[in-house]
Amino acid sequence: MTDAPMNGQPGEVRRGLSRTDTMETVRKGLRRRYAAERRFKWYGRIAIAIALGFLVVLVGSILFRGASVITQTHILLSVELPMDAFSVDGEVTDESLQRADFGGIVKQALRDRFPDVSKRRDRRTLYQLISTGATYELRDHVVADPSLIGQTIDIWLTASDDIDMLDKGYIDRNVDSTGRRVSDQQIAWYDALIADGRLERHFNTTFFTSGDSREPEQAGIWGAALGSFYTLMVTLLLAFPLGVTTAVYLEEFAPKNKWTDLIEVNINNLAAVPSIIFGLLGLAVFLNVIGLPRSAPLAGGVVLALMTLPTIIIAGRAALKAVPPSIREAALGVGASRLQTVTHHVLPLAMPGMLTGSIIGMAQALGETAPLLMIGMVAFIVDLPGGPLDPATVLPVQVYIWADSPERAFVERTSAGIIVLLLFLVVMNLSAVMLRKRFERRW
Amino acid sequence: MIKKVVIAASVAVVFAGAAQARDQIQIVGSSTVFPFSTAVAEAFGQKTRFSTPVVESTGSGGGMKLFCSGVGTGHPDITNASRRIKSSEVELCAKNGVADITEVKLGYDGIVIANAIEAPAYDLTLRDLYMALAKDVPTADGKWIPNPNKTWKDVNASLPAVKIEVLGPPPTSGTRDAFVELAMEGGCKTFDWVKALKKKDKAAYKAGCHTVREDGGYIDAGENDNLMVQKLTSNPDALAIFGFSFLDQNADKVKGSRVGGVAPEFELIADGSYPVSRALYFYVKQAHIGVVPGIAEYVAEFTSEAAWGPEGYLGDKGLIPMSDAERAQWSASAQGNAKLSM
Repeated sequence: MTDAPMNGQPGEVRRGLSRTDTMETVRKGLRRRYAAERRFKWYGRIAIAIALGFLVVLVGSILFRGASVITQTHILLSVELPMDAFSVDGEVTDESLQRADFGGIVKQALRDRFPDVSKRRDRRTLYQLISTGATYELRDHVVADPSLIGQTIDIWLTASDDIDMLDKGYIDRNVDSTGRRVSDQQIAWYDALIADGRLERHFNTTFFTSGDSREPEQAGIWGAALGSFYTLMVTLLLAFPLGVTTAVYLEEFAPKNKWTDLIEVNINNLAAVPSIIFGLLGLAVFLNVIGLPRSAPLAGGVVLALMTLPTIIIAGRAALKAVPPSIREAALGVGASRLQTVTHHVLPLAMPGMLTGSIIGMAQALGETAPLLMIGMVAFIVDLPGGPLDPATVLPVQVYIWADSPERAFVERTSAGIIVLLLFLVVMNLSAVMLRKRFERRW
Repeated sequence: MIKKVVIAASVAVVFAGAAQARDQIQIVGSSTVFPFSTAVAEAFGQKTRFSTPVVESTGSGGGMKLFCSGVGTGHPDITNASRRIKSSEVELCAKNGVADITEVKLGYDGIVIANAIEAPAYDLTLRDLYMALAKDVPTADGKWIPNPNKTWKDVNASLPAVKIEVLGPPPTSGTRDAFVELAMEGGCKTFDWVKALKKKDKAAYKAGCHTVREDGGYIDAGENDNLMVQKLTSNPDALAIFGFSFLDQNADKVKGSRVGGVAPEFELIADGSYPVSRALYFYVKQAHIGVVPGIAEYVAEFTSEAAWGPEGYLGDKGLIPMSDAERAQWSASAQGNAKLSM
């Protein structure tokens, strides 16, 4: 190392560039570059922290609001089941059971519990303690075991949504009673029931086993979960085989010419088409021309399959491209046909990538509502769907319908519905990760 | 090979589905009637052996379009509407073979102008509402000027000096249509020369009376009425326009303003003295009665006293019932399948 410049003329000394100066400049530059790097790292960390913060607030607030749906307030009533209320000419038949006035029996039980209520108006407020669905709970209980008739039984019946909200602390009992959903009198009854140990919160089986309802305490997510399941099954059965075959043909067999270029451009464009367009297509073609039933998961699944196809094809082609050519050459070299090369060697190696792509496509389909709007799956449906031809709705639609309902108790159900939807998504994404980890090969 | 089988099976399922008949009633239409229609559908499903009807909320206009698209199980049986069927829609129906329709009026809905419970109570007239929310307002000398009013005090000296900030439904909503027609036009007509204009130049009259301001005084708050209730509690200066059922359910958080001196209360809307209320309807396709099981029974359930009566369960959902005489008349015509005549 000398001070003399390498490419200058010998003996000429550059002014102002002594050894120490150079080092100083370099050191300054280094310091600046390190500082820039440190700053950049911090920008990244801050960005992640902000993103995580939003996520925590979002998920936290949903969990906070939705967690209370796990339990549901029930009231223990002593219900008298007199023989003559259920029998015609002293005989209990299926028909006489169906015709029995279970509503009246529940009301009588409430009046027996609070005998000092006599005015008609007060009675009406008394009846509002119990869900309107309690009538049908009692009916199902008695129909399942007709030997109860003639006895007085103790049965836990679902409380109304207002009482449930009061019990969960969503209704402030200190507010002036004119604007409160629960009257002072109802609060007094509620306190009396608590004192007797006749009001408790139990696990909310209704929410996890039934379909939608206009009464929050009777509304459940299971119908929508089933609908989502059937819809996605149809989507998977259609989109996966079609997508994989398309990807394999385009990647492994198709000649490279204008036509395949055109097809490729179109597939890429299709992936970016707004989903409502697919809904319009579904209405025009599948419902009006082919005549699929409206509101059925079959129609929804077909529409969503069209929507996910481009995703699956693009992911599938990327996965096929990632398989090294040496594998193909080796297979062809030992005499395998092109089809054998693909089905025995290339496709198994590309499968994890294709599956990941499909599951991501499916997860996207799970969250869609817009294309389903046009084919009638955004609807109020009480009965649980028994198959892909029965009318059904899907999880995000259920969340939307509940979010739009006036009753206060639907707020917690909306959040709980979102939790169930998120769980569905987490499970799907986890399975994508696991499939990839299990089958992935690295070269 | 397996894939071929799967594809073939899917195609087979597709065509099997096409041939299948329907055993549940399909109902489409207004989002305002949706809460009532669904409540009846659910009670009907529980009380009878029929499947629970499927109810879609498509808006009144969208419902009419689907309803009038034809006869056969691929088309809905009943449509709900927050307004009366239009003659153009009757013509569309007739063109597609939907000739016989039964009209049923089911009750009333009040549109309330609400604010947070701790905010001052407003006593508005229709003219106040119009002057606060119109894009252009008429002057005394027969001209339209851009709305100069910034605060409620500018509109009416007896109102508080609070900035005009009204949350309301978007233009696609039936509630908005009804609000514009009943409240805004009602206020607009109080100017004599504007009222005279209706006969001379209907287009100018409509443009002046029906156009909502876009400079921030009226805030499009989307279709979600729960969200508006939340916004009101966080902003005591704001007012919001929504259906009576939301006021009814959230009476501990928000209160309704008086309009024309009348408070939005159940009884006052029912007897017609509250000015911003509208009638709700549903329409039944007669050709489907007997084809799709349960239609007549559904109509009977809807028009029973247990549902739409003053003490019925629809009242709990926020429906304002009709008078005894009106109920008797409509239930008779509904159950007798009276044909709609315009």
